[in-house]
Amino acid sequence: MDDLVIAGKTYASRLLVGTGKYKDFQQTLEAVETSGAEIITVAIRRTNIGQNAGEPNLLDVLSPSKYTLLPNTAGCYTVDDAVRTLRLARELLDGHSLVKLEVLGDPKTLFPNVVETLKAAEILIKEDFQVMVYTSDDPILAKQLEDLGCVAIMPLASLIGSGMGILNPWNLQIIIDNAKVPVIVDAGVGTASDATIAMELGCDGVLMNTAIAAAQNPVLMASAMRKAVESGREAFLAGRMAKKLYSASPSSPVEGIISQAKTIKRLD
Amino acid sequence: MIQITINGQSQQFETPINIIQLIDHLSLHGKRIAIERNGEIVPRSQFSAQMLCHGDQLEVVVAVGGG
Repeated sequence: MDDLVIAGKTYASRLLVGTGKYKDFQQTLEAVETSGAEIITVAIRRTNIGQNAGEPNLLDVLSPSKYTLLPNTAGCYTVDDAVRTLRLARELLDGHSLVKLEVLGDPKTLFPNVVETLKAAEILIKEDFQVMVYTSDDPILAKQLEDLGCVAIMPLASLIGSGMGILNPWNLQIIIDNAKVPVIVDAGVGTASDATIAMELGCDGVLMNTAIAAAQNPVLMASAMRKAVESGREAFLAGRMAKKLYSASPSSPVEGIISQAKTIKRLD
Repeated sequence: MIQITINGQSQQFETPINIIQLIDHLSLHGKRIAIERNGEIVPRSQFSAQMLCHGDQLEVVVAVGGG
């Protein structure tokens, strides 16, 4: 079996999905189920005080016993906010220690603040969290986060929620080649081919939210993404053919052609 | 009279209360929540033991959809 292993736990699916931006919990559930994802990100937020007491809870829909919930620190711009959020998450999820760390630097681009990310990762790892870390596509930083003890490195492919696809495959390739922990592209995937390209590069997985939730038909896109990740992974494992620049290679036999033409000159 | 800040909102209570009583007061009984008090996690097992004090800062959180 070609399983994804994160922090010693095995997952059959290499697609990780978020749960934000859906129309309602029913659509969230249908998209998540269709995607085949086993690791599902959730956010941690203040509960409404004195309002909507009967409001359904996400955890009633997505059972922590069925999915590996990955609480995130979306919206956190400081080490303190990120660390406190994940401590609350661990308490909320009965001691569950696998988390997604992101410390943002700018509300317009949602680029990570990598200096603060390093500091937060160090604190969390000392507190026995298993940290999957959102980061830029800087290979040096990716290595530093791995050396600190992060269990997965999750570089952006392009800006969060932008759907711009894989903008710097070369950096991702360097990160993948150097990493001994799983590399999961997190953010920027817009459509199925983006996910396939990430997997063909050799990424261990892809994490996405908006590409599915903001599709015209989210459940159908969830299906497309499941196949795209599987296709890309198989293509990576199969090993693509070498590219031949400026020179074709016929697929059919060159002998026995009925043409009477004896000499067709090659371009060169 | 004690004053407590819950999720950034100030609330006043006539008599001292513990966290279980606060949860009931906020109609959050039986909900999946986690609580931080003055920057420290309050384990569920301590909800009845911890009496709230004037000036306490509480954060009460839930899981919501997110990426």
